[in-house]
Amino acid sequence: MTNLWIATLGASTICYLLKLSGFLVPSTWLARPKLQRINELIPVVLLSALVAVQSLSTDSRVQVDHRLGGLIVAAIALRLKAPFPIMMLAAAIASAILYRFSL
Amino acid sequence: MRQNRGVSFDRRAVFRDSLSVSIPVGTYGAAFGAASVAAGFSVAQTCALSLLLFSGASQFAVIGVMASGGSALSAIATGGLLGIRNGLYALRMSPILKLSGFKRFLVAQVTIDESTGVALSQENRGEAAMRLGFISTGIGVFFFWNFFTLVGALSANAIGNPSMWGLDAAVPAAFLGLLWPRLTNSKTKIAASLSAVIALLLTPILPSGLPIICTVVIALVIGWKSK
Repeated sequence: MTNLWIATLGASTICYLLKLSGFLVPSTWLARPKLQRINELIPVVLLSALVAVQSLSTDSRVQVDHRLGGLIVAAIALRLKAPFPIMMLAAAIASAILYRFSL
Repeated sequence: MRQNRGVSFDRRAVFRDSLSVSIPVGTYGAAFGAASVAAGFSVAQTCALSLLLFSGASQFAVIGVMASGGSALSAIATGGLLGIRNGLYALRMSPILKLSGFKRFLVAQVTIDESTGVALSQENRGEAAMRLGFISTGIGVFFFWNFFTLVGALSANAIGNPSMWGLDAAVPAAFLGLLWPRLTNSKTKIAASLSAVIALLLTPILPSGLPIICTVVIALVIGWKSK
């Protein structure tokens, strides 16, 4: 099995078990405020790290290129409350234009 | 604001809410499909992720980590950490859905941001409306997300260099779009900024994928200390 299949099926299994676990354990688990706060912050830090790494690094090097332009356009679109697909389209178009002019 | 009290509720209004979430979220599956193929996943693997994993943020994390040269294990760990919240949604929805036996195993798969969000927004219409909102949104998003994943994957397969089409910027843009609505207070903004800086600082030092996982420490520290 290739690495990509291992990642695909492994992540799918874990994520399914996580979803299922909530239906199988008693709901008193949710009552702890510390756990709730941590749970609220986990997606925030992971998504933010993913934004940074995916837009500003290439092969373990920090690198500024056309992708950052796309990301800035995405941020502007989000600030203007653009719908999700429009925001992604705007980011892709901006990045593609910058890439074409090899920035 | 529509208001319906008592046992009966406006089923069409609930369906309308479900569709108004399912269709736009579903079309965004095309972006995932295209990004996944651009990241090196096959069309079959891309569709397997949407069918079996079925949670946008985790799916993008898996393809993102693999595309940047990370190991399968760090892709699984990052996807899994982002999937924890679905377990908490299940915990929240469990007393409302009142499921038993085999149904739990089916409904678990559609326990995601959107189904939980629509269900919770039906609170003033009563628990029956919440259940309907949850199930109809879950099924709606599942259908449209998987359909558009296939469309996106097939069309990306037909185009060459992903950078030419801006697909390499579409993935971080997607993460930013998922992050944006969560930046509601100074605590989350500080956590997000710290995380971006630390992940970039660790990028030259650690193998791909690990800098992202390391930022969970920030969530633990800030979540533990704050009130």
